[in-house]
Amino acid sequence: MKAIRAAESLLTLSQQDELVDLPNYPLSASEDEGDNDRERKHEKLLEAINSLDGKNSFRYKLAERSEASLKVSEFNVSSEGSGEKLVLADLLEPVKTSSSLTTVKKQLKRVKSKKTLELPLNKEEVEQIHREVAFNKTSQTLSKWDPIVLKNRQAEQLVFPLEKEQSAFVPIEHVFSSWKARTPLEHEIFNLLHKNKQPVTDPLLTPMEQASLKAMSLEEAKMRRAELQRARALQSYYEARARREKKIKSKKYHKIVKKGKAKKALKEFEQLRKVNPTAALEELEKIEKARMMERMSLKHQNSGKWAKSKAIMAKYDLEARQAMQEQLAKNKELTQKLQVVSESEEEGGAEDEETLVPDVVNEVQMDANGPNPWMLRSCNSDSKEDENQVDSEQLPEPVAQEFSESEEDERPMAEEETLLKEFEERRALRKRSELKQDAEPMGRQETKDSSSQEVLSEVRALAQRLNKGNLQSRKRRVTSAGTVLQVQTEESAPEEEEPILLQRPERVQTLEELEELSKEECSQKRELPRSMLQREWTERNPNNQPDAPKGKKKKEQMINLQNLLTTKTPSVKSLEVPTIEELEDEEERVQKQMIKEAFAGDDVIKDFLKEKREAVEANKPKDVDLTLPGWGEWGGLGLKPSAKKRRRFLIKAPEGPPRKDKNLPNVIINEKRNIHAAAHQVRVLPYPFTHYQQFERTIQTPIGSTWNTQRAFQKLTTPKVVTKPGHIIKPIKAEDVGYRSSSRSDISIVQSNQKQLSGHHKKQLKKRSIE
Amino acid sequence: MKVKMLSRNPDNYVRETKLDLQRVPRNYDPTLHPFEVPREYVRALNATKLERVFAKPFLASLDGHRDGVNCLAKHPKSLATVLSGACDGEVRIWNLTKRKCIRTIQAHEGFVRGICTRFCGTSFFTVGDDKTVKQWKMDGPGCGEEEEPLHTILGKTVYTGIDHHWKDPAFATCGQQVDIWDEQRTNPICSMTWGYDSISSVKFNPIETFLLGSCASDRNIVLYDMRQATPLKKVILDMRTNTICWNPMEAFIFTAANEDYNLYTFDMRALDTPLMVHMDHVSAVLDVDYSPTGKEFVSASFDKSIRIFPIDRSRSREVYHTKRMQHVICVKWTSDSKYIMCGSDEMNIRLWKANASEKLGVLTSREKAAKDYNQKLKEKFQYHPHIKRIARHRHLPKSIYSQIQEQRIMKEARRRKELNRRKHSKPGSVPIVSEKKKHVVAVVK
Repeated sequence: MKAIRAAESLLTLSQQDELVDLPNYPLSASEDEGDNDRERKHEKLLEAINSLDGKNSFRYKLAERSEASLKVSEFNVSSEGSGEKLVLADLLEPVKTSSSLTTVKKQLKRVKSKKTLELPLNKEEVEQIHREVAFNKTSQTLSKWDPIVLKNRQAEQLVFPLEKEQSAFVPIEHVFSSWKARTPLEHEIFNLLHKNKQPVTDPLLTPMEQASLKAMSLEEAKMRRAELQRARALQSYYEARARREKKIKSKKYHKIVKKGKAKKALKEFEQLRKVNPTAALEELEKIEKARMMERMSLKHQNSGKWAKSKAIMAKYDLEARQAMQEQLAKNKELTQKLQVVSESEEEGGAEDEETLVPDVVNEVQMDANGPNPWMLRSCNSDSKEDENQVDSEQLPEPVAQEFSESEEDERPMAEEETLLKEFEERRALRKRSELKQDAEPMGRQETKDSSSQEVLSEVRALAQRLNKGNLQSRKRRVTSAGTVLQVQTEESAPEEEEPILLQRPERVQTLEELEELSKEECSQKRELPRSMLQREWTERNPNNQPDAPKGKKKKEQMINLQNLLTTKTPSVKSLEVPTIEELEDEEERVQKQMIKEAFAGDDVIKDFLKEKREAVEANKPKDVDLTLPGWGEWGGLGLKPSAKKRRRFLIKAPEGPPRKDKNLPNVIINEKRNIHAAAHQVRVLPYPFTHYQQFERTIQTPIGSTWNTQRAFQKLTTPKVVTKPGHIIKPIKAEDVGYRSSSRSDISIVQSNQKQLSGHHKKQLKKRSIE
Repeated sequence: MKVKMLSRNPDNYVRETKLDLQRVPRNYDPTLHPFEVPREYVRALNATKLERVFAKPFLASLDGHRDGVNCLAKHPKSLATVLSGACDGEVRIWNLTKRKCIRTIQAHEGFVRGICTRFCGTSFFTVGDDKTVKQWKMDGPGCGEEEEPLHTILGKTVYTGIDHHWKDPAFATCGQQVDIWDEQRTNPICSMTWGYDSISSVKFNPIETFLLGSCASDRNIVLYDMRQATPLKKVILDMRTNTICWNPMEAFIFTAANEDYNLYTFDMRALDTPLMVHMDHVSAVLDVDYSPTGKEFVSASFDKSIRIFPIDRSRSREVYHTKRMQHVICVKWTSDSKYIMCGSDEMNIRLWKANASEKLGVLTSREKAAKDYNQKLKEKFQYHPHIKRIARHRHLPKSIYSQIQEQRIMKEARRRKELNRRKHSKPGSVPIVSEKKKHVVAVVK
């Protein structure tokens, strides 16, 4: 510190020296005292010399003027009297010693070193500067809008008004506090809620619920989870197994499974009967109900779509035949009347045990091997023509039962085939009966049908051709059947009266039906008397039971027949008349001929080629012939310029570029510019695009909903500016875009500025007045 | 046997309500639709034609004034209310939905030079030739009361225009100088002047509300900063600017309606070159107003027509005129951006649709979708010659049409002359001046 002090003092000393040195010309009186006389004299001499100059006199004048104020002012320090100017150094003389005033000295030094102030600028310049500063400031504040403006200009869509209506989020407690229950229902609800201590705030759980949530311990939870897992695993295992089993294709397997199931069911049923007869009765009722359902719906009577398709295939497909058979069996099973059981229930236990169970079993068997004369016959007929006669003989004879049984055991599939054949025959038969066995009308109808059948698919046609071979024989068979029918109709009359004749009930009934069929279509009506009859018959001769199912089967078949008839008749009819096909062929040929004749002159391909050749020729650049006939040689009628000359003056046209359709034989591409199309084309690339491909791409992307999904369509067609009708759009605000707007209002700023300005003005005015 | 079946989910074809459209499954594979472009082109053509067919912009004429309508003002809070001042000193307040005058005030003697509403919509100000500024209540006087202004300020000079601040209780008038007034005082809180010519209009910036623009008859446009109480910059154009209007969405953009038939859009930070010169009018442009969306503006001209310009186009997209409409003095775009009002010499205020072919009223969603689609189609195919021609076609009165032709010839002659001069003088001595720069004489700092 001492060192610093010393340095400072030294500095001040040197400064003082300088101060002393500076105004060397008019020295102060106080300093004079210390100097010698010689110096004073010298000075006076110098003054005298100086006074010779004009300028100095002026200076003196100035000095004189300052003499006006003689009095000592407390504000000013005057050096009057001495005729010398007061110098700063004079004032600092007493300060020299005191070191405490160093700061003041420093300041003084700084003041001394400054230059004089420049003149103030004139008003215009000042204002301009003000304006420039203000402008820069303003443009800076405006520049903050640049990003927003840019964003809005480039925005895909602007929705006005810009400010979003802020939906007020009110906490639910507030709503509740303000809301009060008024209606009794509301009161009730509130009471309930209060009773349960239902909280209204966020975790909407009652204490009870919370407790229950907490209640489950970890172990318990684990156990439960394990249980669940096990259950799930088991389920998936069973599912997988079921799926696997379902996938097994083996029919045998399925048969076995089915049989097993049936056996099991039977066993169960028997057990049930022993243990709990009422339950068994219920079961029986169920079966009865199923039967009723079946009878009503005829679900398994080969009348469905599937069955019909199978019937078509049955002739060629063994499986299909079997399937049909199975279905029929099922039907049979279902429609089996269980009257016996009910009777037996009434009568006693032992008997019906015998009757019931074997009944079902037997019937199925019987059904399969049923002594069906029709089947027999058809089976034989199918084999060969020569058996036809045997057929006709066999038909009325029921004796053939045993034989047929034995046969069918050997080949069960053949039976189905016979079945189908039967259908067809019956159809034919029915037709006959309808037409009163008239050959001529039938023929007519057939021709009609054939004409209507022109649209038949080729497959069917093929089938027809295949069947043609059999036709003849069948016809014969049909005729024989017709005769038989006649005989039977004669027989049918006593049938109803005498139950004894009901040994072959199936045939009688079918004949009846045939007659009925021609009269009425309703099958249900028919069924009623039939069933009644049957009941009668079963009551009369219960010994004849094995025959009964057969009769039923016949009926079913008849129903079947009817169903099939509705759709199949046309094809069958056409089958029977081979001549019609030939006719058709002829017609086709004629048709073709006619078409050929009608378009005899038209050779389209040739025409096209010709056209193309012409087009090519027309588009080729032409040679220019400049020969002048008669120039340099004889000219006139019939004279031609020489070949040499022609060659010389012929200007050959240059080869054009190869045609675009050169390698496309079936196309003519017109290479001329189409004026009509040009009117619709854009000629110059429009402004924002820089390359024609860009433009083309924008044109080629469709925006309509025809080519775009709904979402894409909406996106593509969003309008650029959306305004809501009836909404006032206010100018954009800083708050809207997230800027902080100036909190002070403009007017308050103006007023404060105004005050400052006015203060400034006043000062200025004062200054002026002082001056 | 595995059976495969065709199955359809009803969700794909069953509509939820019977008001919905039937769902039609479509295959959008572009290879199946080879004629997309021609089909869309035809649709665009039809849309353009329909637009022209349905272009009926004129909605109503509000008559009642007994002299030319000199100024218009929008109500800031009500879309249906409009104020107008006439040349006989009468101010009328109109209800647009009823298309009726709901109030009439004899406000001034001589012209009503300017009218403006307060931002809250409770009162409005008028200035007139009688050197007064009057403040009026928006609601009419009660029964038995006389129609009297809330305040009246007597000035020393004539005021030629007035505009109200957008947020604060202050307004600005112009005449000899631009005065900014506090509503509570009878003396202006500051007055700004630059030059000595009369100022014809003053407008507050709606976004940066301390900014003002004015235009004077010595051909200049002056910008002021109200807070610093100083002018900012001045640009001198070829001819006098009648009025300016600030863009309500872009703080630094304004458009000036000039006597030389053009409008100039400026960025106020760079006044030496206008951003865009909008030319289509054939006579002095008297008024201009921006659409509240800031995308377009409407201009009224002495040539008896009003035109709508997009801000980034130099040519107008629409021209409205009727046989009876005379020189249009003032124009306003309503604040829902759907309608345009114009007041003209022959004492009528006319109401137009801003979009000539727009369907008024509530649109169903299907109508809306069709409208949007058609709009996009028109945009997409706007460069195709046929569509362009149809979309551009407007009927014009013969006078305007012939004047356009005449001016085209004049312009061509001037261009040719300049070319010739350039051709026959020293290279570089006749510089090429762009159209934008041609009209700006000077920018004064």
